Amino acid sequence: MRERARDQGGPGTLTDDLTPPEISRDDLPDEPLAELAARYRLRPSAARPGVFAYAGQLWARRYFIVGFATARNVAMYTEARLGQLWQVLTPLLNAAVYYLIFGIILDTSRGVPKFLDFLITGIFVFNFTQRAFITTSRVIPDSLPLIRALPFPRGCLPIGYVLIELEQLAMSMVVLTVIVLSTGEPLTWYWLLALPALLLQAMFNIGMGLFLARLGAGADDFSQLMPFLVRTWMYCSGVMYSIATVSFDRKHPSVGYLLQVNPAAVFIDLVRNAILATQRDGWPGSKPYNAALCKLYDVKGAHLENSAYCHGTVTINDLWLLGAGWAIVAIVVGYVFFWQAETKYGRG
Amino acid sequence: MAVANSSDPTVVVDDLHVVYRVYGAGGDKGTAATALMRVMKRQRRPSVREVHAIRGVSFVVNHGDAIGIIGRNGSGKSTLLQAVAGLLPPEQGCVYTSGQAALLGVNAALLDDLTGERNVVLGCLAMGMSPQEVKDRFQSIVDFSGVGNFIDYPMRTYSTGMAQRLRFSIASAKSHEILMIDEALATGDANFRAKSHEKIMELRGEAGTVFLVAHNLAEIEASCNRVIWLEKGKIMMQGYDVPAVVDAYLEATGGEPRKRDKVQDGDHSA
Repeated sequence: MRERARDQGGPGTLTDDLTPPEISRDDLPDEPLAELAARYRLRPSAARPGVFAYAGQLWARRYFIVGFATARNVAMYTEARLGQLWQVLTPLLNAAVYYLIFGIILDTSRGVPKFLDFLITGIFVFNFTQRAFITTSRVIPDSLPLIRALPFPRGCLPIGYVLIELEQLAMSMVVLTVIVLSTGEPLTWYWLLALPALLLQAMFNIGMGLFLARLGAGADDFSQLMPFLVRTWMYCSGVMYSIATVSFDRKHPSVGYLLQVNPAAVFIDLVRNAILATQRDGWPGSKPYNAALCKLYDVKGAHLENSAYCHGTVTINDLWLLGAGWAIVAIVVGYVFFWQAETKYGRG
Repeated sequence: MAVANSSDPTVVVDDLHVVYRVYGAGGDKGTAATALMRVMKRQRRPSVREVHAIRGVSFVVNHGDAIGIIGRNGSGKSTLLQAVAGLLPPEQGCVYTSGQAALLGVNAALLDDLTGERNVVLGCLAMGMSPQEVKDRFQSIVDFSGVGNFIDYPMRTYSTGMAQRLRFSIASAKSHEILMIDEALATGDANFRAKSHEKIMELRGEAGTVFLVAHNLAEIEASCNRVIWLEKGKIMMQGYDVPAVVDAYLEATGGEPRKRDKVQDGDHSA
């Protein structure tokens, strides 16, 4: 018969008239509860740690962050018949699609040497930021069950999502190396410069990921908008054309400058200059200015190597400073912004 | 009040109010046109509802207490536990605890696409264990859960009971000062319920604090020395005389009175 008693808990019975009494303080101590709690050194359960203590908490969970990223990466392709092969196939197909459209059909190369290598490097590097932005803006709504089940610093989640994309990028870089070497690009020590460049980019992505995770935690409208914002950004960042060449038209030099200092373009150009000799040697300003040689340089295709003798709007040194600057600004702003709402993420 | 052996509180809940927002709760016809009209008229989204789940709850819990929380569905039991664990921020009032409370609930979803093994490792890492500690305790966690060979299968293939057992094993791998169990034992078999009952008693012995939400009143009477009856987000009745509160609850909700001489052992299938 007791089954019936339990059935009484069904939602249909909620309207029954059972009025709880007004709060009776008989069972409570006389002193204010907050003082009682303070006397026994109890702490608020939903308290936000200090801004530096929070960094310590995140560091303490570093194994969780890495484990979370690796596990998600493994789980991502378990339903596919080709399994982990997709980690290689996805960047390859990406490269093929963009080369078909921009390299062959539209031919946006405008005389950029070795356009295939140029384009694929740009796509892979931008893809890292693009995927990181789109996934982190959804991380809080997507992880709500986990957030409500276990207490841990929530910053682990956006950082973990960026690490997932970093692991994917590593695979893309292997594909890139094979493609670039097979097109006759020499393997040089300069290639090592790609590592600090990608590290700065990862820092930038983590900072922005934290920032976007908080924005995306509030209203879903934001994460719906994100893919469009990122795509617009891609077309502005010289992924499938060279900003340096475009700004040589000198119709809108300030626009060209703004495009060149935007973080995506900075990281793309840093990696291109590390890997592609033609980019490095032709970068405007990489050789002493020589008016006569510069004059011979023609955007449409003649004496391309002479572009190095012209004045560059942004030099290679500038690129490194800009890259480091963007990374630091993003990580400081994103971290503080995310930390401010730490206790509110479980609310939904 | 004689049962509490130490008067040091571990959890103080001070006039707690919890409000959460529910999206997509009915409303307009859900077409683009109605949405546009709403934006033009600057109306709030009707599909967002605020649920005032806890409306001013205060109590103090001491070392070694095991508190049963009873009440009908929707009375705010799970929400209260989530707030004590710090997973749902309070709208007003405050919860003070002596340490991080571990909440073990029906919805404690781990990562469903991953194998049980990876869930054990990730769950332990998330609780703040080091990789070495996880390695040391891994086998005992798996043994306690009793899922056997299924540990290599994705968790979505588990039965409800198996998933519960694994979650309970993970959460109890670390000794917590405050452990909260939300209906998590309901789906386990008799053997597992006996094991987890032992674990709860062990925790109480270590002067830990246990919260237990259950509709199985026999389990509450067997495991708890104090009970809180929630109704509409407020405390209806509470006290250390567990049978008295349980009887009052049964009477108010129209249940049969419990026959205690028959069912003292925590078996509710009588």
